[in-house]
Amino acid sequence: MATLQLKNITKQFGDTKVIKGIDLDVNDREFVVFVGPSGCGKSTLMRMIAGLESASDGDILINGQRMNEVGPADRGLAMVFQSYALYPHMTVEGNMGFSMRLAGVPKEERRAKVLEAAKILQLEPLLDRKPKALSGGQRQRVAIGRAIVRNPSIFLFDEPLSNLDAALRVQMRIELARLHEELDATMIYVTHDQIEAMTMADKIVVLHDGVVEQVGSPMALYHHPRNRFVAGFIGSPKMNFFSVEQHSISSDGVTVRLPGGRPCTIPVAGEQLARDEALELGIRPEHLQLDENGPLSGQIKVLERLGGQTSLYVQMGELLITIMADGDVAYRVNDTVQFGFAAERAHLFDAQGVALESLSQHPLASLTRQDNRAATEPAAPGGQV
Amino acid sequence: MTTHRNSAPAHTRSLPIRQLVLTLLGWSIALIIFFPILWMVLTGFKTETAAIADPSFIFSPTLESYQAVQARSGYARFALNSVAIAFGSTLLALLIAIPSAYAMAFLPTKRTKGTLLWMLSTKMLPPVGVLVPIYLIFRDVGLLDTRTGLIIIYTLMNLPIVVWMLYTFFKDMPKDILEAGRMDGASTLQEVFFLLLPLTLPGIASTGLLSVILSWNEAFWSLNLTSSKAAPLTAYIASFSSPEGLFWAKLSAASTMAIAPILILGWMTQKQMVRGLTFGAVK
Repeated sequence: MATLQLKNITKQFGDTKVIKGIDLDVNDREFVVFVGPSGCGKSTLMRMIAGLESASDGDILINGQRMNEVGPADRGLAMVFQSYALYPHMTVEGNMGFSMRLAGVPKEERRAKVLEAAKILQLEPLLDRKPKALSGGQRQRVAIGRAIVRNPSIFLFDEPLSNLDAALRVQMRIELARLHEELDATMIYVTHDQIEAMTMADKIVVLHDGVVEQVGSPMALYHHPRNRFVAGFIGSPKMNFFSVEQHSISSDGVTVRLPGGRPCTIPVAGEQLARDEALELGIRPEHLQLDENGPLSGQIKVLERLGGQTSLYVQMGELLITIMADGDVAYRVNDTVQFGFAAERAHLFDAQGVALESLSQHPLASLTRQDNRAATEPAAPGGQV
Repeated sequence: MTTHRNSAPAHTRSLPIRQLVLTLLGWSIALIIFFPILWMVLTGFKTETAAIADPSFIFSPTLESYQAVQARSGYARFALNSVAIAFGSTLLALLIAIPSAYAMAFLPTKRTKGTLLWMLSTKMLPPVGVLVPIYLIFRDVGLLDTRTGLIIIYTLMNLPIVVWMLYTFFKDMPKDILEAGRMDGASTLQEVFFLLLPLTLPGIASTGLLSVILSWNEAFWSLNLTSSKAAPLTAYIASFSSPEGLFWAKLSAASTMAIAPILILGWMTQKQMVRGLTFGAVK
């Protein structure tokens, strides 16, 4: 049982406020990912939870108890650092057992616990090695092992995979998900990589300039971003944005005039919109379809064939629009293409960049990782391969 | 090798010449620096007459001067004082400097840089400027001609450099490792003993070495604040310049014996010394 609550947390370095009042609830056994561009305050927030940085204001509660004045070691947390921060002069066993050595745990008991954690992480053959004799992935596992032996109520991961190469990163991602399952622990994970966030999180916290932009499940963030920032940050390649003119508002949604002049009704609530308020339309590259009768058109400037998919970068007036198309589209650079989109896939943002609420929820928006498993597991034995 | 070089294009052929010039220059400078020491060692093996005769590399070596020096006074007593004072002051300096460097490296404030510069600026004061007050203080508290007195003076003298060097070594230490230690439950003291000191040991060793060398070679304070009981080897050398005139051969023999221990120590620890003297700039 481990929960975390942040109440109006702020952090100030001199005159600069880096965290500007954050409220957050992390539930028991939840995998929460803090994501945001560099400098958004996500690492600072994690360090405040860890106790390595003090909060300027607000409360940090772990299992309902205020922890602001409690030292890092006594909060019942363990942290995995971006640099791994292994003790270079100690063996793997020494690294993993260091916390117990400080706590005066007898050698036998220490060894037993280290072995237990080493087994989970397949580190047994490496216990006598020093960190410099390990590969990046192995070091990473030792860092995680050091956290596991502390048996913490909450695990903190500060960009743990960013020093690994791409292939290893995918492997460690899977391993971390498995660990979360196996340890049944609450985990908080900081990353700037939105793929890590999308694949591992129960709950994503999008941070920007020291404030929380949105909290939600990966699918909720993808399908119903609350504002332009979240819309642009979640999803890869980035969402396309077009300035559009307001045409009319009805119960079916807001009708806008697309670049090129054709009207289009987006099914969002527009009652609060001011007349003639500037609007922006957001459509993800994967939701734009090549269509000879489509309302939009432009000239292909760059074409990237990835095999299964092709990215088209299309010049449309001043804008460069990204379209994810089939792998086998026959276009070439400088061809002019027509394209369109399904209105319910589009997002509309007001002049402040706030998303207008969709009239219908996407069916996957409330999907959790648990649902994912429940849906796939029974199907696996007889399912198609 | 030669043919290979000759067949190389013209612009790379200038390289060996450049290298040759630089090598010659390097050797010349080294020889100029080393020559007085070499001359001193050679003179120590000459007779007094040969020592004041026209300079020559050709002579029949003799241990006459060494025997005379040995017979005259207890080299061992001075050497023991040197060892006690050099190592004592170094230990004391490290003991004070490690906590100060820790504070400045890991808990810096707005004034840390200023403090560091101010500390270093004390090295710019000529020691003779404070000789009289220190002499009077030492006289009044009974520290004249005591090892303790010299240990205190040398500690104060070397402290700025020791703190600076340790500060640069500590700054090189990844902060994450100490934070990981803190997460693992280490107190500040445990952090220092289990993590910081083992990991910066090479730096601490070279800092200590430099401090030992500086203390060993110091002559101004030792000559002014000691007479017989606590006099180190620098005072021993000086004692060979007597009012009756200089005995070059004996003086050289005594000097050779005085610098021999530290020369050997320096030779053995060259690597650490170079790293230490570049103030952590070269890794």
